[in-house]
Amino acid sequence: MITLDSCLIIGAALFTLGFLAVLTKRNAISVLMGVELILNAANINFVAFGFFRSYEIHGVLIALFVIVIAVSEAAVALAIVLNIYRNMRTVNLDEVDSLKK
Amino acid sequence: MVDADNIIKDLQFFYPEIVLTVTILFVIIAELIPSIKKKLIIPFLSLAGLLLSIFFSVRLFDVQERFLFSNMIIVDHLGVFFRIFFALASVIIVLLSIPTFKRAGEYYALLLTATLGMYLMASSTHIIMIALSLEIVGITCYVLAGYRRSERRSSEAALKYMLYGAVSTGVMLYGFSFLYGMSGEVNIYKIRDILMLEPIDNLLLLVSVIFILAGIGYKIAMVPFHFWCPDVYEGAPTPVTTFFSVGPKVAGIALLIRFVFAGISVQVSETVEQWISIGDIDLQFMLAVLSAITMTLGNTAALAQRNLKRLLAYSCIAHAGYILMGFTMFTGAGINAVLFYVIVYLFMNFGAFIVVDGIALRLKSENIDKYRGLASRAPYLCFALTVFLISLTGIPPTAGFIGKVLLFAAVIDSKLYWLAVVGAVNVVVSLYYYFRIIKAMYLEKPISADELPLAIPRIHIFLTTLLLIPTIYFGLFWSPLREWTTFSLNFMLSID
Repeated sequence: MITLDSCLIIGAALFTLGFLAVLTKRNAISVLMGVELILNAANINFVAFGFFRSYEIHGVLIALFVIVIAVSEAAVALAIVLNIYRNMRTVNLDEVDSLKK
Repeated sequence: MVDADNIIKDLQFFYPEIVLTVTILFVIIAELIPSIKKKLIIPFLSLAGLLLSIFFSVRLFDVQERFLFSNMIIVDHLGVFFRIFFALASVIIVLLSIPTFKRAGEYYALLLTATLGMYLMASSTHIIMIALSLEIVGITCYVLAGYRRSERRSSEAALKYMLYGAVSTGVMLYGFSFLYGMSGEVNIYKIRDILMLEPIDNLLLLVSVIFILAGIGYKIAMVPFHFWCPDVYEGAPTPVTTFFSVGPKVAGIALLIRFVFAGISVQVSETVEQWISIGDIDLQFMLAVLSAITMTLGNTAALAQRNLKRLLAYSCIAHAGYILMGFTMFTGAGINAVLFYVIVYLFMNFGAFIVVDGIALRLKSENIDKYRGLASRAPYLCFALTVFLISLTGIPPTAGFIGKVLLFAAVIDSKLYWLAVVGAVNVVVSLYYYFRIIKAMYLEKPISADELPLAIPRIHIFLTTLLLIPTIYFGLFWSPLREWTTFSLNFMLSID
């Protein structure tokens, strides 16, 4: 039996995992994967609220837009990470520290 | 529910954005034509677009407040005020960028796109529009920060800006998902109207508000979402840093005004300019604490900085704290003081960064040691920088003083004495590091015997003068500006 609560719990779990990845991973790509998890947690919430509480279609619409946002952000983010790799030969965030701490 | 006629009718209130979009397209096309690319046509094309957009924005002041495109966008005085503000800021940045990015067409396209995003940030009322406009500004700004692709510092700035930005947007959307879940509405006005009537879970409301504040707070460099700020400001090309220090930051403040005063709080009555937050959360106290921490951290961290761009970055964090003071009392006077302060902040902060950029173009350094004895080599710029720094500190007779007086007056009016005391102590602390620069320029002996005057690009001299005049003028005659902000304060508070 799938209920609103179970969807919200999955959403919260995804959010937590994503946030943990952002905080602990030192590889820029892994951090970006964490961000994707956070965005998808929001998506699950939007769709689940819309579906189980029979709100208008808006929840699904927002989820679609969030997917678009995530894609465009990932495109730019990967370009930036690639550029970092070209310049510094690393994508480890601890080693990317030419700016004063 | 919504028919095509309504959408087409709404387009006539959307001219500022349409003009800007068309300009962006023209800039992109012009960039492809080699004979145009070599000349200065592209910057001037951008300027023309921005000025035309200001013209159409000013005309919107006469329009009755209304929602556009089935409640996606709002047209009201506050939105128009910020449109004009962002367009002016971009005009200055385009002019400033000419010596640095003479032939980079896509740079101007990105800058204008960010401006378009900021227009929308100031006037969006729908969750989708808020997220989209934040991302339009965000994504273009990541690219702008890393515009010097082969430079390590610049690409590192882009990386840090992008990582923090992506996380905070995600967190904000997660927060919005709960507001949607509680109310079933996607327009912040409607969300508030529903949450006011229904019994709500205060804890859930508090969590979602904190998550949303993370997204907006990142844009305005509010502690604890400020970590990106110093690195990005130092690494990005200086014209871009100048843009960041005012553009996206004030766009975040515009969004915060909209979100706090139309989304999660409600005006006590039609005539009284006092708001109370919905639910049982102490939003005022939360914002007051954030404001106090933000300015204290910004000012104390600035004390240790030797690089001027980094020092100004911390000073920008501190100013975010001062501006947040205006939010804490939930009164019209508070928002009015915020609006006044952001205009003044535009003049003085742009001024300081432009002087630093002009000097860095010649000295190839932003280190404070290089500024020793600079007053004899670049007397005019050093004088201007002194005025801007005095204004940033908040000493009369500059506009910064009036801005701070209005903010503090609003705080004291609502009996938040502890915050006023914290603010006053912070002003004293900031005095130390601002005056260290002035001392280096005027009192210390130069390191080298090189006494030749610096050849500063004429555009920097022009822009410095352009910003110097209002910084002093509004310090003496502030009432016109005050009248304009009071007029702009009329923002739409209800939805039918």
